[in-house]
Amino acid sequence: MTRILGPWETFLLVVLVLIYAANAWISPEFLTLQNQVNLFQLSIEKVTIALVMAFVIINAEIDLSVGSMMGLSACAFATLVGEAGVPAALACLLCLGVGLAGGFLNGWFVARMGLPSLVVTLATLIGFRGVARILLEDRSIGSFPDWFAALGQRGLIGPIPLGLLSFVLLFVLLYVVLERGGFGRKTYVIGVSRDVAEFAGLDTARHKILIFMASGLVAAYAGLLFAARVGAVRGDVGQGFELDIITMVLLGGVSIFGGSGTLTGVGLAILIVLSLRNGMSLMNVTGHIQTGVVGLLLIASVLIPRLGTRLARRSPA
Amino acid sequence: MTRLSPGTLRILALLLVLVLVGAFFASQIDNYLNARLFNRISSSVAIVALIACGQTLVILTRNIDLSLGAIVGFSAYATGALVTTAPDLHPILLALGSLAIGAGFGLVNGLLVAYAGVPSIIVTLAAMAIFRSALVEFSGAQSITTDDLPQWLVDFPNLPLFTVAGLQFRAAFVAAVVIVVLVHLALTRLRPARALYAVGSNPDAAEMAGIDARRTVLAAFVAAGALAGLAGLFFLARFGNITVVAGLGFELKSIAAAVLGGVSINGGSGSVIGALIGAVLVDLIENSLVRWDVVSEFWREAVLGLLILSAVTADALLMRRLTRLRIRREKAAAPATKEATP
Repeated sequence: MTRILGPWETFLLVVLVLIYAANAWISPEFLTLQNQVNLFQLSIEKVTIALVMAFVIINAEIDLSVGSMMGLSACAFATLVGEAGVPAALACLLCLGVGLAGGFLNGWFVARMGLPSLVVTLATLIGFRGVARILLEDRSIGSFPDWFAALGQRGLIGPIPLGLLSFVLLFVLLYVVLERGGFGRKTYVIGVSRDVAEFAGLDTARHKILIFMASGLVAAYAGLLFAARVGAVRGDVGQGFELDIITMVLLGGVSIFGGSGTLTGVGLAILIVLSLRNGMSLMNVTGHIQTGVVGLLLIASVLIPRLGTRLARRSPA
Repeated sequence: MTRLSPGTLRILALLLVLVLVGAFFASQIDNYLNARLFNRISSSVAIVALIACGQTLVILTRNIDLSLGAIVGFSAYATGALVTTAPDLHPILLALGSLAIGAGFGLVNGLLVAYAGVPSIIVTLAAMAIFRSALVEFSGAQSITTDDLPQWLVDFPNLPLFTVAGLQFRAAFVAAVVIVVLVHLALTRLRPARALYAVGSNPDAAEMAGIDARRTVLAAFVAAGALAGLAGLFFLARFGNITVVAGLGFELKSIAAAVLGGVSINGGSGSVIGALIGAVLVDLIENSLVRWDVVSEFWREAVLGLLILSAVTADALLMRRLTRLRIRREKAAAPATKEATP
């Protein structure tokens, strides 16, 4: 049992139960199935991207461009369907291709050129957003095919929409890959030390590029989910999402320096951030303040473990 | 003949790029090089240069500050509110006030980065959101308008100090350039400021040389915050109307200016003069794209992203070649007595 729930995960579980209890106490509606589905549905893009961001950060890199890639994919879809008359299914495939290409671009500059991922993805954060703005300028495009909107807005199995279903499937898939497969183990090893992994004969550059491509792919998919869910797309789709996404991952116990963290922790952190935001909305706290609280949470999630280890080192065992 | 240092070479190369970009747009746009272009760019650079200068101080120590835009916004609003309630406040006091506000925010960032050991990207990404929500709370979602401000403040950015060849040098621009030059002199001449380079090049070696690396990083964040605070006052004076989104995106623009200006993202190398020229370059391109018929003004961000990527790539390739050259030279010199020339 301790293997699945480390001390940090247990701590997160306790916090989560407390927030759920508080929310349920404030509003009896909170615990209904519909509200729980809505909870995810309102942030489905962020939580989906967070799962892959965990891989990126465990691998000791960071991808700040996911929000912009999401916007680029949504804008490309809107332009293709709304203005060029491309069939929506084909447009979806093309957008996912854009995601893969953008991820490859990030990965190539990081892994082959040896540039810090912080700078590369900061540049593509501006650049991808720029391309999205070139496509849509200051327009807003809506009116997508009915089946596409239905995928984003209606339940696919019972009340559960496609986004939530794909999130659960992706979680299970990535959990298996990270905890059970060779790919996951390589991700940890490279995250601990790229040099050591290189000496052990791993193709670290290829591995990093693959992870960035996965990040781009999932961000592009999230952009499509957004287009389907909201039904209209503007140039600023996904702006600033990186804050929530990175907070979820780091709060989940993934080390910002790479090499450690579990998907269980990230899953719990996702629930904490979602229910905390939902609870603040129930108490009529504005969006700006909510974002500030998430910011505090981000600092706390890195600060508390550090203080913990420092105290542990000081007191003689 | 004295040999040029790599830093000087880099700035000369940057000036060349600046001239080439200007020449390109001059050939594309009719009546391009005129006094209006100079005024527009210099008023914008007056604000960005201060932020880029602060960003450079932070990047020199191997850190980054994403919260500078939010600090600019908060300071613009707070100084606006201050001068509205006390219109007779002396300009110097107001400037000091803006510096203090910014320094306060910088202190929070610096303490968390230097003494709590939280990486700067995390601290300042969070701080960006926290400072912005502090602004929303503080302002109560009210705006400040030009009518609230005293006349001297509104006049300040457009006040011509002197004219060279028909080009007006206005007060805010001149002030910003003077500040950047002062910071540059401090960085090159003063011992405590040199510590920024030492810490950025190698924090362990700096510690062994008796430099307090933590205090140096803290000082960099405080100085960056203070400069962003002053930039907030300039922002207030230039635009007059301040809402809660004031200063949004300046953090990215300042990083772009610094990186284009040859400040190494790995810390320890670069100059604020480079960042100033980088800021001019960014503004020149932005202002020119708006007037260029071939592309729409919405190309701005895409071009900016591409520029940053090419600047860091060019830098990395150059560094790689230099390192290879040095290794080859050292191998050649190995049999003889080694005289290291860094």
